[in-house]
Amino acid sequence: MGAWTSYRLRLQRKRWHLRARRKSRELQVTKDRTDQIKPGDLLVFSTFRNEDIRLPYFFQYYRNLGVDHFIMVDNDSDDGGGEYAAKQPDCSVWKAKGSYRRSRFGVDWLNHLQRKYAHGHWTLVVDPDEFFVYPFCDTRPIRALTDWLDASDIRSFGAMLLDMYPKGRLDAVPYQRGQNPMEIASWFDSGNYTISKNHLFYNLWIQGGPRARMFFKDEPWRAPALNKTPLVKWDKNYAYVSSTHMVLPRGLNLVYDEWGGEKASGVLLHTKFLDTFGAKAAEELDRGQHYAGSHEYKAYAEGIAQHPDLWCKWSEKYINWRQLEILGLMSKGNWA
Amino acid sequence: MTVGVVMLVHNALHRAEEVIRHWSAAACPVVVHVDKNVSKATYDAFVQSVADLPDVLFSKRHRCEWGTWGIVAASQSASTLMLKKFPDVRHVYLASGSCLPLRPINDLKDYLARRPRTDFIESATTADVPWTQGGLDFERFTLRFPFSWRKQRFLFDRYVEFQRRFKMYRRIPDGIVPHMGSQWWCLTRQTLSAILEDPDRAVYDGYFKRVWIPDESYFQTLVRLYSQNIESRSLTLSKFDYQGKPHIFYDDHLQLLRRSDCFVARKIWPDADRLYENFLNEENPLKGAEPNPGKIDRIFSKAVERRTRGRAGLFMQSRLPRPGHENGFTSAPYSVFEGFAELFEDFEPWLSRMTGTRVHGHLYAKDRVEFEGRQATFSGALCDNAKLRDHHAQLFLVNLIWNTRGERQCFQFGPTDSQFASWDLAKDPNAQISVISGAWAIPLFQSNRNFSDIRADAAELQRIESEHLAALRSPWAKARIRIWTLADFIETPMEALQTVLDEMGAKNLRRVTEAPKMADLTGFGQFLQNLKNQGMHPYLMGDFPTEAPQVNERPSRRKPYLVR
Repeated sequence: MGAWTSYRLRLQRKRWHLRARRKSRELQVTKDRTDQIKPGDLLVFSTFRNEDIRLPYFFQYYRNLGVDHFIMVDNDSDDGGGEYAAKQPDCSVWKAKGSYRRSRFGVDWLNHLQRKYAHGHWTLVVDPDEFFVYPFCDTRPIRALTDWLDASDIRSFGAMLLDMYPKGRLDAVPYQRGQNPMEIASWFDSGNYTISKNHLFYNLWIQGGPRARMFFKDEPWRAPALNKTPLVKWDKNYAYVSSTHMVLPRGLNLVYDEWGGEKASGVLLHTKFLDTFGAKAAEELDRGQHYAGSHEYKAYAEGIAQHPDLWCKWSEKYINWRQLEILGLMSKGNWA
Repeated sequence: MTVGVVMLVHNALHRAEEVIRHWSAAACPVVVHVDKNVSKATYDAFVQSVADLPDVLFSKRHRCEWGTWGIVAASQSASTLMLKKFPDVRHVYLASGSCLPLRPINDLKDYLARRPRTDFIESATTADVPWTQGGLDFERFTLRFPFSWRKQRFLFDRYVEFQRRFKMYRRIPDGIVPHMGSQWWCLTRQTLSAILEDPDRAVYDGYFKRVWIPDESYFQTLVRLYSQNIESRSLTLSKFDYQGKPHIFYDDHLQLLRRSDCFVARKIWPDADRLYENFLNEENPLKGAEPNPGKIDRIFSKAVERRTRGRAGLFMQSRLPRPGHENGFTSAPYSVFEGFAELFEDFEPWLSRMTGTRVHGHLYAKDRVEFEGRQATFSGALCDNAKLRDHHAQLFLVNLIWNTRGERQCFQFGPTDSQFASWDLAKDPNAQISVISGAWAIPLFQSNRNFSDIRADAAELQRIESEHLAALRSPWAKARIRIWTLADFIETPMEALQTVLDEMGAKNLRRVTEAPKMADLTGFGQFLQNLKNQGMHPYLMGDFPTEAPQVNERPSRRKPYLVR
């Protein structure tokens, strides 16, 4: 049974690779600087659409953490974000004309580029509104983490998506280009997450947070998944299955301990909920290019129309990673 | 007389060079061994980079793989060279390329000069020390290990099993008793030369070549044959995690390392610029102090404990214990009350006044979560929505208790609630469950509904509660459980309440000075009799007298005091 399942998943992985290759025809190179990538460099992979306003801080944040090269897919932006990214000295950009949904939300494009450029590198796959926080991130660069993971023979590192939101109406404080979005969306839910295990792929399925609390009260099982495995020492035989929630081979999804201990883990601060969100939700709903028939965006559009306050009196204000570790949202594991 | 340093290097050569210059500047001769896995070009460049230092020599290169003989061979040839070329060396210090001297080298020299005959080497018999890596302690001396633990794990394990099965043990050479310890030592010329020039060295080498991780046992064992004065500790600060991998020091450990007073620390992250800048340039004022790594020890042992045992009652993205491995299902004790809110009209506010704890209503009520004060959200932004709660009823409880660490939680539970958490409550040692069985009949009794509906409800509630009680009485129940029937309870309500509150361990609670108000039970006996007459036997409330009992009057007249 075990061998048969493994074989089936292996076939599935090959299928994703084929699909990635097919979808790679939709990619058009805008600026290719991949010849700058040196062995051992840390790479960030990202897909974006009309996120120009977020890009400056995104680059700044990850450069500060010590990322060496960015590989971005611009899904047909018309706000100049693609050109801005192409101007960055450490960034390679591809333009994708095709359907976001039919590239499985960008996974196929990135799978292809990762297969091509990320073999043997530690790679971080994040969206422009996600900011990676890991233990000691204020004093140690990501390379310290990846070196430690290498020394401990760990190939993947989990980081849960933590939805950040402002206090009051979403459109109360407009986000300025280049600004730290956590200055506005500085609140989060600290302890209302549910976890269950996917027995086929071994990944956890985490739900909860403000999105479940506000938009999915009546259908909690439809609430978006928050588990992610964004940091992986990539091999060309690996493939992301569904966003960065699941990876194949499935051993990479075992970023948690089942015998009572805690493995080291981080958090992706998700700053989706800014003043830009209303317009974005409307646009995305219109395009119908999101997961599960854009159900999520329908729920948002309905909720957002009433200008809800995601904040409640039990919300926590973000301070630093140590706070998240004390609250039990992430862990240092045995990294000290 | 001086200290010679034998340095084993395999990567981060630029850092090794800095450290070599540091040792050399303090007039310590250095013999460097570079792993044979390092490419020829890199090696040559490295040799060139320190060519200007006269007291730095390079020894014959061996291939060093973790846990194999190569590291011992490297130490041997480098030590031999050291003893031969530098006759005024009295102590030889074995260090690695990622070791960093924390105190001025002259400090170390003085320290050793005052102990000219002492060998600093951690050396303990396997019987007394539980260092185990892969469960092999004494067996590492009696089995053979031809396969690599890292690269050929499967073969390694199978071959160990095979040897155990057929009792294929090796004989330990006469005269030695296996000892183990940290591989970083500092030995005197006398001891070290005795080991290296031993006439039986070929025998010992032949034996240790097949021992597992010989670098932790070769010198540690043989030193026992020759040393006059062993100080069984390493001068190198080096901590290991639960998998036997060394902990790594980073820039943010600077203050800790400064205060540790250790001579040398390992292992330093090669990019820890601040550590290298600070320790290779500064003068540490603490002279003559004994090494005191206590604080660092605590930090690292806490890290290991977090990795192996975790925080009790925490379920999160990197900790999802299987049932039975939670090390505490919830993080703190809490109290569950069943039937009390039905029997007493003002039970919640009363309990909160008496104990100063957080008292919720029915957290598992069917329509909503009844948080204290019926708030819409609660600690950790838990939501009062019943569907969200029932989406994962166990984690709802776990989250609630985790979010409110430091404050005791009390809540009501009963057969009208959703029962998903019934077994989890029963099995949780942190739960204190007090049950008045059959109290669910009181709201029915007080309701203004048709009797046939009441009868149907009563039958259903009785079924649910008896299932729940079966869980509480099962052998798997680990909670602190007290069950009264309604009839028993109202015989001596204050005594029962006092028992429960005492068990909660409320701090300023001497005696219950004020009783909660009991519901008016006039005619309740008759109500039960009516149910019986309809063929529905309510048995969970115990023997209730049919005639109007005195209890209906007594609570109001009764003075609120405690019978001790």
